[in-house]
Amino acid sequence: MKAVLGTMGDEVKVFGFWASPFSRRVELALRFKGVPYEYIEEDILGNKSPLLLHYNPVHKKIPVFLHNGKPIAESLVILEYIDDTWKSNPILPHDPYDRAMARFWANFIDDKCFPAFMKAVMGPENEREKAVEEAGDCLKTLESALNGKRFFGGDAIGMVDIAANFIGFWVRIIQEIAGVELLSADKLPALFKWTDEFVSCSVVKESLPPQDKISAAFKARIDQAQTNTRP
Amino acid sequence: MATSEVKLLGSWPSPYAMRPRIALNIKSVDYEYIDEKLWEGKSQLLFQSNPVYKKIPVLIHGHLKPICESLIIVQYIDEAWSSGPSILPSDPYERAVARFWAAYLDDKWFPAVKSIGVAKGEEEKKAAIAQVEQGLGLMEEAFGQCSKGKAFFGGDEIGYLDIAFGSFLGWLRVTERFNEMKLIDEANTPGLAHWADSFCSHAAVKDVMPDTDKLAEFGKMVIAKIKAAGAAAQRH
Repeated sequence: MKAVLGTMGDEVKVFGFWASPFSRRVELALRFKGVPYEYIEEDILGNKSPLLLHYNPVHKKIPVFLHNGKPIAESLVILEYIDDTWKSNPILPHDPYDRAMARFWANFIDDKCFPAFMKAVMGPENEREKAVEEAGDCLKTLESALNGKRFFGGDAIGMVDIAANFIGFWVRIIQEIAGVELLSADKLPALFKWTDEFVSCSVVKESLPPQDKISAAFKARIDQAQTNTRP
Repeated sequence: MATSEVKLLGSWPSPYAMRPRIALNIKSVDYEYIDEKLWEGKSQLLFQSNPVYKKIPVLIHGHLKPICESLIIVQYIDEAWSSGPSILPSDPYERAVARFWAAYLDDKWFPAVKSIGVAKGEEEKKAAIAQVEQGLGLMEEAFGQCSKGKAFFGGDEIGYLDIAFGSFLGWLRVTERFNEMKLIDEANTPGLAHWADSFCSHAAVKDVMPDTDKLAEFGKMVIAKIKAAGAAAQRH
């Protein structure tokens, strides 16, 4: 763990859910910058804690980030705050244009890629083919942002890599269970290669949930969805 | 940074296109404004400069490639013209708060405002109005916290959240007019009521805020089109 650059007596907490890529993003950013934090697991499928509801009354969701008692919600907002506050290992580039591009792609991942992917693997059967095509288009567009680099952030991971964590890890697991081939070496060679680079970073490895547990959780979720749609 | 050529593609009724214009005005940056009449179709320049979303606003700064998404453009303007007045707050936590509310307005609040116009039946309309009012209650509280007694969310001067929220005032007023109701008013949201007046009369805003009458006429046309498209879809 790298030396912490920051004020002594900093109290940092993350409210998350073990399977959620969104809270894992926050943890990854903190680990990348060597910031120690306390992690609090929220039972989001069962009962959300009164503390979570107190800190995020608007959305009632994880992740919630707490710095010396002050709460912040929304993972991309949290990532920007972390970068503003802890200067070691920046996750956003220095140049304003490059920063705008990083923000664009991070938002594209959340606004387009994530919903498209979820629809492709969980959506209604009769819309499956179209959903898979749309998800494929989203990933192809995102792939263009790599532009020959090792990571979206260049030689090291940056905000876009962190935002793309669910593509780096979750997508390959989930698509296999769902029986949908979206991200493959022949369809999206550069993006596929990036997923290998991403998960092989030690700081990323440390911040990922166990693969078998994600598989099991998702299998259960797909079974549940299918049960719900059975006549 | 050298003052290279700055172009902005926008559309006069769009709250999103207004945001970068206000930001450029705050920084006293000269720019060429290109108005897209989106209801007549999209231009080649728009398709070329925003192939991912095909939407306005798009900022084209000199030889750099275009920048899209209104709030990203506003942040870019703030960072590229760093010697001008600041748009984002200087404190990281205040920045996070401003970003949080701007995202809330775009993702949750304004879609609720739009849904009032196309609601099917009284129940749906009432639910949409309730959601909008609840959001305004949150924003009134946020205003109290962010402004700390000053005129704007940004303090003495307009900032990121003022721009993000204020750009919706035109359509909010049109919604009030169409539904014969007040959403921001002295009684329920006194802070926001004063803020709205201050915002709209600000030098950086007043020339780019569309006239409510003109916007209302445009609104009627849009609603009619949406309803016609909905009816046509049902006939098939």
